[in-house]
Amino acid sequence: MASTVFAETAFTRKKRLNERIAQVVFGLMAVALVTPLLFIIGYLFKQALPLLSFDFLTLNPTDGMRHGGIWSALLGTIWLVTASLCISAPIGVLAAVYLNEYAEENWFTRIINLAVVNLAGVPSIVHALFGLGAFVLFAGIGRSILAASLTLAIMTLPVIIASTKESLAAVPRSFREACWNVGATRWQTIRRIVLPNSISGILTGVILQVSRTAGETAPIMFTGAVFFKKIPEGDVFAYGLKDQCMALSMHLYTVTTQVTNAPEALPYAIAVVLLGTVLMVNALSIGLRVYLRSRKKW
Amino acid sequence: MTQTTVQLSPPPTAAGGAAIVDRQATRRFTEIAAERAIETLIRLCGVSAILFVFGIFFFVFREGAPYLFSEEFDIGKFLFSTEWYPTSVSRPRYGVLALIVGTFSVTALATFIAVPFGLGAAVFVSEFCGNKTRETLKIVIELLAAIPSVVWGFIGISVMNPLIQQVFHAPVGLNVLNGALLLALMSVPIMVSIGEDALKAVPDSYREAALAMGATRWQTVYRVLIPAARNGLLAAVLLGVGRAVGETMAVLMATGHAINIPHSPFDPVRTLTATIAAELGEASAGSPHYRVLFIIGILLFTITFIVNLSADLAVRGVRKR
Repeated sequence: MASTVFAETAFTRKKRLNERIAQVVFGLMAVALVTPLLFIIGYLFKQALPLLSFDFLTLNPTDGMRHGGIWSALLGTIWLVTASLCISAPIGVLAAVYLNEYAEENWFTRIINLAVVNLAGVPSIVHALFGLGAFVLFAGIGRSILAASLTLAIMTLPVIIASTKESLAAVPRSFREACWNVGATRWQTIRRIVLPNSISGILTGVILQVSRTAGETAPIMFTGAVFFKKIPEGDVFAYGLKDQCMALSMHLYTVTTQVTNAPEALPYAIAVVLLGTVLMVNALSIGLRVYLRSRKKW
Repeated sequence: MTQTTVQLSPPPTAAGGAAIVDRQATRRFTEIAAERAIETLIRLCGVSAILFVFGIFFFVFREGAPYLFSEEFDIGKFLFSTEWYPTSVSRPRYGVLALIVGTFSVTALATFIAVPFGLGAAVFVSEFCGNKTRETLKIVIELLAAIPSVVWGFIGISVMNPLIQQVFHAPVGLNVLNGALLLALMSVPIMVSIGEDALKAVPDSYREAALAMGATRWQTVYRVLIPAARNGLLAAVLLGVGRAVGETMAVLMATGHAINIPHSPFDPVRTLTATIAAELGEASAGSPHYRVLFIIGILLFTITFIVNLSADLAVRGVRKR
């Protein structure tokens, strides 16, 4: 009879139970990572609520950073991100083009890849020491937005190399072969076929880079960011490349650890603005990636 | 008569020389020159990562070297003394043992917390959940990785600090445990993504063979997949450790900032990274204190370099098989 043949034995029941337990345990581990994120963001937002307003973004900090807004820090972060992106995006994209289109499989390429991994692994504070030693002192740039952006650019280079390499590798080889066969040189193939077909993927990486750069604190502490600086409100060109600036991440650190008697909601509000910016930019990058994958034609 | 061959290998580069003369016969000189220039630029950018890594070592070393090779500097005292009094007027002492132990204790506890969760989540994402859940989880984990370290530090002060005081009745909430919890949350995303890659790299035929023998998915995981992906999982853990060792802002804000050899997870400590961040602003350029901070930088660079190198070798072991 079929029912006796397929009846569960004690052995298979135990097996099924174990399977279920394993799934639940591993699932809980994954959930345990997700819950604190939601809980913490919710909590920060709730604490910050009394201070969040449009004025908070557009007014300078006043009264020893206890009142007012975060305008000069916000603008400083925008300047730092823009400047460092202008440096790291071209270098990173070209480096990825080299690694994906030109480099052969040999020891030299392995060393380059190893260097990229190590560049990503160097502690951020060592990047700060490097920025101080190389740009501020040796090159004589002094503490400025330029020196800080150069430091940030080198630090975040591996992010853009990795993401660009991935999107270049996603272009099928047959596209390149077709192009070579009509007589195009290697660079012509890259410019006319490979880059146009991967440009949106590269863009995703650049956006991701924005969020990484905006959150960094240690590398800019000694290379260009200052505790406090007063600038004209509403003028986006209030900073120059040679100026020192405030930055959101540094401002959060200062207000949390150095400023006494600040209103309780103030550090929460700064944290929410910084976190909100970073997460929104990241979500934009992820959204773009999902959208592009869904309409991929090959 | 023209010969038609199908070209499946890349054409030579502009710098390739004689072989491409016929290809270039119809092109203007400026075009060829421009192509040469751009290919040189690409090559230069390609090797830039190597230059930067050497540059980092060189410039950090350059600032630290004058004191490192001076007669005052005693490597034994530097590494094995717990006396860190850099600003003492009469007799400044630079012993970093307490800082090394501080870094080590926070990192070790963080790894202890992060490894089960990180690898567990990697197994769940790779083997136990459907496509939709997987995509969602990966996005959330990616967002978790995006939270800036200064925000983690702030969370350590504002959320974890009172929480630890309440739950464990500890006198201060800024201690090893606080820093370790933050570092665990920060290094888990790396472990999950690298660990998942390692599990995905195991050929499906292994899974099919195990299932065909009547193994459940759990049995497949711990008898087949984990042994097969051993090296990749090791690399995942190592990269997580590397991140934890080098983390600065979170531990600066959350570990209590006391130079101290910890006896329990509830003691405050100070790490190597936090010391540089806290004191470099005050040390006058060129002073022994300033140079010692750079020497600590060399130490950190060396530690993370070794950790990353071992992770890379572990991954390469996977690829070879």
